[in-house]
Amino acid sequence: MKALSQKRRHPLAAIALLLMGLLVTGGLYAVATTVNQAKAQTTDYSASDVEEGGKLFAANCATCHGMGASGTKDGPSLVGVGAAAVDFQVGTGRMPMQMNGPQAYEKPRQFNEEQTKQLSAYVASLGPGPSIPEEHLLDEKGNAAEGGELFRVNCAMCHNAAAAGGALTRGKFAPALADVSGKHIYEAMATGPQNMPVFNDTNISPEGKRDIITYLKQIEANGSPGGADLGAIGPVAEGLFVWVAGLGVIIAFTIWLTSRTS
Amino acid sequence: MSAKSTAEAPFVAKTKVGRVTDFVDSRVGGSPILREFGRKVFPDHWSFMFGEVALYSFIILLLSGTFLTFFFDPSMAETHYQGSYTPLYNVEMSVAYSSSLNISFDIRGGLFMRQVHHWAALLFVASLGVHMLRVFFTGAFRRPREMNWVVGGVLLILAMAAGFTGYSLPDDLLSGNGLRIIDGVIKSIPVIGTYTSFFLFGGEFPGTAIIGRLYVLHILLVPALILLMIVIHLFMVVIHKHTQYPGPGRNDGNVVGYPLGPVYAAKAGGFFFIVFGVIAIMAAAFTINPIWNYGPYDPSPVSAGTQPDWYIGFVDGALRLMPGVVNGFHFEYVIFGYTLTLNVLLPALVPAGIIFTVLFMYPWIERWITKDDREHHVLDRPRNAPTRTAIGVAGFTWYCVMWAAAGSDLIATHFHVSLNDVTYWLRALFFLGPVIAFVVTKRVALALQRKDREIALHGRETGRIVRLPHGEFIEVHAPLDEYKRYKLVGFESPSVLPAVPNEHGIVTRKEKRRAALSKWFFEDRVAPATPAELEAAHGHAHHEAIETAEQKSLSH
Repeated sequence: MKALSQKRRHPLAAIALLLMGLLVTGGLYAVATTVNQAKAQTTDYSASDVEEGGKLFAANCATCHGMGASGTKDGPSLVGVGAAAVDFQVGTGRMPMQMNGPQAYEKPRQFNEEQTKQLSAYVASLGPGPSIPEEHLLDEKGNAAEGGELFRVNCAMCHNAAAAGGALTRGKFAPALADVSGKHIYEAMATGPQNMPVFNDTNISPEGKRDIITYLKQIEANGSPGGADLGAIGPVAEGLFVWVAGLGVIIAFTIWLTSRTS
Repeated sequence: MSAKSTAEAPFVAKTKVGRVTDFVDSRVGGSPILREFGRKVFPDHWSFMFGEVALYSFIILLLSGTFLTFFFDPSMAETHYQGSYTPLYNVEMSVAYSSSLNISFDIRGGLFMRQVHHWAALLFVASLGVHMLRVFFTGAFRRPREMNWVVGGVLLILAMAAGFTGYSLPDDLLSGNGLRIIDGVIKSIPVIGTYTSFFLFGGEFPGTAIIGRLYVLHILLVPALILLMIVIHLFMVVIHKHTQYPGPGRNDGNVVGYPLGPVYAAKAGGFFFIVFGVIAIMAAAFTINPIWNYGPYDPSPVSAGTQPDWYIGFVDGALRLMPGVVNGFHFEYVIFGYTLTLNVLLPALVPAGIIFTVLFMYPWIERWITKDDREHHVLDRPRNAPTRTAIGVAGFTWYCVMWAAAGSDLIATHFHVSLNDVTYWLRALFFLGPVIAFVVTKRVALALQRKDREIALHGRETGRIVRLPHGEFIEVHAPLDEYKRYKLVGFESPSVLPAVPNEHGIVTRKEKRRAALSKWFFEDRVAPATPAELEAAHGHAHHEAIETAEQKSLSH
């Protein structure tokens, strides 16, 4: 201790202290965030999957994403995006993209289950990234009420409170979530496709994601308790309906009522 | 004579109903009133029935609203939802929201009644709006009905107030966001804004008082005022008698139509049930305000598709259109440490202020320009008052641009266009739309008048082509019957009134302004065909077809 206190006015003491502080902070942060560390997924995929995926990638994706998925000016690098990103983008038909635009549209998918798996295997082999969620997270048996709260706080500002979708700037949009599989919803949260932010496991825990999927599937299954939902897009649709259908029918009646005399 | 009548036996009705009626009548003397009222004549036209739709919607609102008050609890105390809607089970929320959910899911017929109430509210304001448009475009606001026009305007504002206070009651996320915007607008008012907001909300927004306060306004004060205004409105309708469209035998001294009793009483009674039926079908088959989707109010989240009900939409739209900064010019200032935020104050209050000021003053503006102080009971066809019609359409277009802006996000997603582009276009239309609408409407109205004049003078085109002996082809025109021609020629067409000096022989500046406006109103008027013109046109009807054919060939 005496030696330490004698050296405390040493010219390099401040730098040493700063280094120590940074090391401790960084080290603690690294330990604390391991929960969120992307894990390279190799267990489910065989070497042949990776090899076949590589061939598919070279033939279908490399034009924009570059050989070895290193990215070009037309498409980002896919090193480290993980299997989940590929499974979402290819599995919903968004990739390969039909044309460049503000956002990739969902469309009939171009690759079958097997090919999607191979592409995922190939991209996952390039670097660690979010993996395809495990079955127990997609069982739709979480807490719907908790999921609803998470959804309203994190998702509804873009996707609408009833998950009917909403507008973003300059032609981008948040799609409606009905008919989207639980797996794809999970993958979207984990990877942040298109203009969506990433909700990683520290932000919304896997259990929370399970709750959100439970909530979405439950409101989808429940349907609309009050009758036709008019798109579930809120008061604008209701106003349009009362002006067009409501007043329209009333006007038809008024014309009928006064038709005899005028 | 008199001795003889007193000696007569007192009148005794033959039936039981007759005896009861006679008992009441001999004590309150209602029969002269009823007789007078039952003989009131109403002209028949479908466009005269929107006021009735509004009245019936209001009655339905009172009935369904009373049902809802039995089960609604306007408390902002915190609770955990224990009802049967599982996606919200045990979620922390206010008692108001919880009781609204209970009405929707756990009270028999509750959801139906809630939807009846809400659809009726939307229809109430919509039919009021259409009724006012009808009154405006047919000139029914002219003397002696200026005051009733103002009462109608007050009713529109009250209806909006009733709607907005009701929209806020369930305390769900959507209604809370609406209140937050109102709070922001109030706070943007210089000097008194913050104090007013704190007074209204009982402290900082949202507080724990607002739902209870809005509830009192919604079920007591506002409906009472609406009812009062309706009574005044109908009283004046009875005094003024109903207006009528122009037609043979109709003038400013009579009303042509059917008496209230029995024809109109039956029609109106039946129509009430039709309106009720239409609302009931909508409520049974179409969701309105699914509060369970929105979740309890929480000041942090705002979900996509957050809009007010349609009648507040134009204010929301104006707020959405307002840019924060234009070419580096800011709309927010800090003066002596106080924030003046014009980018909220201007769009929230100015367009609505302009619309309602012009709306209330319009009868007097037109009266001043035309110097027309006569009573009018025969309506104008909109085309026969081109400038007024154009002003109305311009104002309505302006309203519609703001209205559309409130749904800008939905226009963007449903038509696959950029939200920014929608906003830019609507910003341009905010200024250009009314001008374009004015010019187009005025030209269309004048063109229709010219067409009317042409038809009145030369008859209707029959589509029958005849070849003359010398080889020329002409189309045969069929003359109109007198009744149809009356409609085309029997209207007033005010002409430009030049400025005249007052009693001191001075042409005042105000009078010059009036004359300029009069010129703007009527300089390009199309005068109705005069009897002399009709006579001339019909006198040589046998040449006429040939002449017009020649004129056409010359002009081409």
